[in-house]
Amino acid sequence: MSQNVVDAALGTNEPGACEPMTDVKETLRQFILSTYLPGESPDNLRDETPLQTSGILDSLAVLQVAAYVEQQFGIDLGVYDTSAERFNRIADIAATIARKRALRSSGDAA
Amino acid sequence: MTAQRLTDYLETSAACWPDRVAVVESSGATLTYGELERQADALAAFLAGRGVKRGDRVGVVLPKSREAIASLFGIMKTGAVYVPVDCTGPVDRCREILSDCGVRALIVDARFCECIPDTADCRDVVVVGSATNHVALQASTPFEAAIATPGVPIEDPGSSSDLAYILYTSGSTGRPKGVMISHENAVSFVDWCSSVFEPTPDDRFSSHAPFHFDLSILDIYVAIKHGASVYLISEDLSKNPKELARFIAANRLTIWYSTPSILILLLQFGNLGQHDASSLRLVLFAGEVFPVKHLREVQRRWPSAVYYNLYGPTETNVCTFARIPDQIPDDREMPYPIGFACSHCRSLVLDADAREVEAGEEGLLYISGPSVFAGYWNRPLENAAAFSEREGVRWYNTGDLVRWSPNEGFMYAGRKDRMVKRRGYRIELGEIERALYTHSRLDEVAVAAVPDADAGVTIVAFVSSHGGRPLSIVELKTFCATRLPAYMIPDRFLFQERLPKTSTDKVDYQALRGQFSSVGAG
Repeated sequence: MSQNVVDAALGTNEPGACEPMTDVKETLRQFILSTYLPGESPDNLRDETPLQTSGILDSLAVLQVAAYVEQQFGIDLGVYDTSAERFNRIADIAATIARKRALRSSGDAA
Repeated sequence: MTAQRLTDYLETSAACWPDRVAVVESSGATLTYGELERQADALAAFLAGRGVKRGDRVGVVLPKSREAIASLFGIMKTGAVYVPVDCTGPVDRCREILSDCGVRALIVDARFCECIPDTADCRDVVVVGSATNHVALQASTPFEAAIATPGVPIEDPGSSSDLAYILYTSGSTGRPKGVMISHENAVSFVDWCSSVFEPTPDDRFSSHAPFHFDLSILDIYVAIKHGASVYLISEDLSKNPKELARFIAANRLTIWYSTPSILILLLQFGNLGQHDASSLRLVLFAGEVFPVKHLREVQRRWPSAVYYNLYGPTETNVCTFARIPDQIPDDREMPYPIGFACSHCRSLVLDADAREVEAGEEGLLYISGPSVFAGYWNRPLENAAAFSEREGVRWYNTGDLVRWSPNEGFMYAGRKDRMVKRRGYRIELGEIERALYTHSRLDEVAVAAVPDADAGVTIVAFVSSHGGRPLSIVELKTFCATRLPAYMIPDRFLFQERLPKTSTDKVDYQALRGQFSSVGAG
C-alpha cells in the first residue's frame, strides 16, 4: 500500500469542498472502512472508535489517512495533528479539519 | 587496539574525545563521550552494588534517549547482559519476554512501569522520568539517584565470549525467542563495518531502528567506536516522514541506516525535494527486499550517497552485502541481490539433502564465523535445529533460500517455512495464530501472507467463529493490539464457515491463499 491508496480514494472530488461536519465524518469513515477494514459493517466504526491505539491504523496507515485528509479537504496537518492522542478517532480528525478550515477562512477574510 | 567487548569502544573513545558529542536526542539534548562514560560507569557501579553480576540479564524498557544509551553500556560494564524490549508493544508480550530470560533488574521509563514482571528474579528497578503511582515502584530507584549513588567496583566484567545482549524475535511456536549475542559476535560485526564503511569522528549516524531491532547495533556501536555522533530518532519522529526529512537535513546526517519501508515512506510523504540532504555519504538498508522502482527514486533524491544492501538475520547480524550501482539503470526491475559474504563470515548453500548446489540453483543459505550467535535463550530444541556441524565448523541455517551467481553473489529467493518479513520485522505466522486462538469466539484460525507489490506482504487471517457469524473486524484488530506488536496485526480478516483441510486434515494454506486472490486483494 502506498500513495496509490490515497490517489485511488480521492477520485474526482474537488479538494477543499466544504461539506458539513457529518459529511466529513462519513467521508473519513468510508475511506477507512474501504482501505483498512474491508468487509466490516459501517456500524462498527463509530465516531469514537479508537483508530491508532486499537490497531486499526498502523503508522503507515496514519500517514495515508493524513495525506488523504490533506488532499481531500485542502488543509495542511502538522506533526502534532497526527499524534496518537489527536488523530485517534474520526470525531477528533473531523474536529481538526473543521478547526483548520476555520483558521483558513479567517485568514482569507483578513 | 582491538576491542574485546563492546564497552571497550566507549572507553577508548571517551579517553580520546571526552568533549565530542556522542549522543544527540531528537529534542536536541546531547551527551558528550565523557558524560556518557561517566553515566555508564556510575550506573554499572550502582547495579553492582545491588548485586547485579556477570551473566545476569537486565531488561531495558526505554524509548530512544541518552539514558537508554548510558544504560546499555552501564549494564554491559557490570558483566551483565542487556535485554531491550519494545516499549510501544503490548504489555503482556513485554512481560513475557522479561520473564522468559529471568531478568535480575530492569531499567524502565516511568510511562511503561506496567511492563515490570512480577517474578522473584527481578529485584531492582531503575526508573527514568517521573514515577507514577505504580505499586511495584516502591522498591525502585530514580535513574538520577542511581547514577549519583556511590556504587561498588566491578569485580568481574567478564570475557569476550560472554553474552552482550539478547534480542527477542518472533518464535515459530507462538512465543518470542531470545537470540543470544556475545561480545565477540557483535565486535566482529562492528569491526567489519569499520573496514567497509570507514567511519570517522566527523560522521553523524542516524539511529532509526529501536534498540530491540538488530539494526540498532550498527547505529550505536559503530558510531561510538569511531568517536562519531549518533542521532537518536524518537518514536514520534520516526513515524513522521516530513519531520524526519527535515531532521536529516538540519542535522546534516552523513550515514543513514533503516529498512527499505522507512525510505519508501520518506520518499512518498517526506517532501524530500525541499530538503538538502547532500551531507549523506552512505545509505544502508536491510531487513527486506527493496523494490527497485523505489530505490531508484530515493537515489535520485539523495544522489550524494553510496548505497548498500545489507543482509543478515538477527542470529548473524549482517553476513552478506551488495553495493548498489551509483546510477540504477532505468530498465532494471529485478531487486538487487544480497551480494557476497562479508569478510568475517563464510557462506554455504545446501539443498534439502545437505549437498552443495551449483550456481543458479536454489538452496538454503548457511553462515559460519565469529558473528554467528551463541543460541536461543533456553530453547534446546530450536538450538539443535538451527546449527549443523560440517567438517568441524558450526554452520547456522538461515532458513533463507538463495541462488548464487558468480557476478552478483546471492539472490534472495524466499523461504519454505512460515516466517515472513514485514517492514523489516520477522513475523512467525504461528505467533499471530496463537494470539487469535485465545479469542473466546473464534473456533478456527489460519494466518497466511500474500505477496503485495508495494507492502511486501499482506497478512490475512482466515477465521471461523461460533455459529458461523462474522465478528466485528474492529473488535478483532483491537483484540490483536493487546497481544501483538503493531506490525503483526493482520491487514485483512476473512470469515469462513470452516477452514479448508488437506487430505491429512491439516489446514490447507494453499487453498486459503487461492481464495484470497480470487476474492480480490482490494
